[in-house]
Amino acid sequence: MIKVVDLHKTFGGQAVLKGINLELETGKVTTIIGGSGSGKTVLLKHLNALLLPDRGSVLADGKDLTKLGERALNEVRQKFGVLFQGAALLDSMTLYDNVAFPLREKTEMSESDIRKRVEERLAQVGLAGMGYKYPAEVSGGMKKRAGLARALAMEPEIVLFDEPTTGLDPLLGRSIHQLIRKMHATFGFTGVIVSHDIPEVFKISDRIAMLANGIIEEFGTTQEFLASQNPIVRQFLQQDAEGPLAVL
Amino acid sequence: MFLFLFSAFAWTFRPPARIRLIIYHVRSIGVDSLSVVLLSGVFTGMVMGLQGYYSLRKFNAESFLGSAVALSLLRELGPVLSAFMVTGRTGSAMAAELGSMKVTEQIDALYSMAINPIQYLVSPRIIAGLISMPLLTAIFDVVGIYGAYLIGVGLLGVSSGSYFAGMESSVVFHDVWSGLLKSVSFGLIITWVCCYKGFNAPPMATGVGQATTESVVLCFVLILVWDYFMTSIML
Repeated sequence: MIKVVDLHKTFGGQAVLKGINLELETGKVTTIIGGSGSGKTVLLKHLNALLLPDRGSVLADGKDLTKLGERALNEVRQKFGVLFQGAALLDSMTLYDNVAFPLREKTEMSESDIRKRVEERLAQVGLAGMGYKYPAEVSGGMKKRAGLARALAMEPEIVLFDEPTTGLDPLLGRSIHQLIRKMHATFGFTGVIVSHDIPEVFKISDRIAMLANGIIEEFGTTQEFLASQNPIVRQFLQQDAEGPLAVL
Repeated sequence: MFLFLFSAFAWTFRPPARIRLIIYHVRSIGVDSLSVVLLSGVFTGMVMGLQGYYSLRKFNAESFLGSAVALSLLRELGPVLSAFMVTGRTGSAMAAELGSMKVTEQIDALYSMAINPIQYLVSPRIIAGLISMPLLTAIFDVVGIYGAYLIGVGLLGVSSGSYFAGMESSVVFHDVWSGLLKSVSFGLIITWVCCYKGFNAPPMATGVGQATTESVVLCFVLILVWDYFMTSIML
């Protein structure tokens, strides 16, 4: 389980997170929704200590990530896979080498075992036979899929998805969601998705948290969330520009 | 900036050894800069041959052309100009590449895979800079001396014997190693500044361009300032 306790983060005098408390259940997919600039990605980057808070803590397996040294933190990070918004593939490497990269760097696996694992992952995300291409040579959707293959290469316990469908057309976005659901069923990881792709993202989520005004406004199962009478949640779900949540 | 350098050196000595990456970057800094260093070296030498000959002729001292060219190149022009060439050719590309990696979250991706980006991206480049710069400077010196020979001896009629004899009598080992020592320090300055600027590129569309420009300007200034201090110490 990942537990976020009283998390505060300020950038240049602007408070982005103002006391986040959240519990992410093991084996479930939790989606964090919220408007653009609400701090979703900032929150996500705290979950594997890519950002450190001004105050508060992030507990993973009972360890406070904000207090760990580099070595201990790296051990914890190996349990995480991350799909970045732009996939963040290393552009000097082919898709194959990108997926193989964490295996070569962090395991003692032989090159033949790595090949087997990489080809399996690429096939699972629909990129069989495409490993020789460089990131610059493939579409945005293929990059996301390759990024997902890399995120899953180490068979992580927790996978973080930063806006996995942003910049993709609706059909491609839906296929990425289906892929996440399929991969979750296969690997059983704890998933955390940051998205504002509603209502599509609800189909693959067990829990929904809504981030607004620097705090978690609502958190519950997907059904509970959809039934919420919180006016901010209602406004967001109805995609209404008028309401308690300032849009502009 | 100093913490960044300290961190890069500290990570150099921690496993795993990144020998393949160092070789790759030696090729990138060294081999890829070779043509521009050769070209600038030979033309610098040719200009020196031309200017040196007409200046020395005023004092009937054309026979000192070889020693004037060699001393200028070995002590100052070789290290400084080859460092400028490498800054323009490779340093700017280094800052742009790392800046682009920062903006597109590739550096965050390395952190998330439990790989220290300083160790993976910066330390090998700094080591490669320390190896490549003296080699490029030595090549610049040699082609510069032959560039001046081409003009002084081949075109303007200075005797080949006096060109090399003057050089042999005036150049001492100290001149050679002081120039090479400078070039090692310039290799450090270039890779350190360019990696730092790239690594800290502002996360916006203009960030990469800004990091590249700043890195080149800062390298040029630091090379000249550091050159003055090294020269005053080693003279």
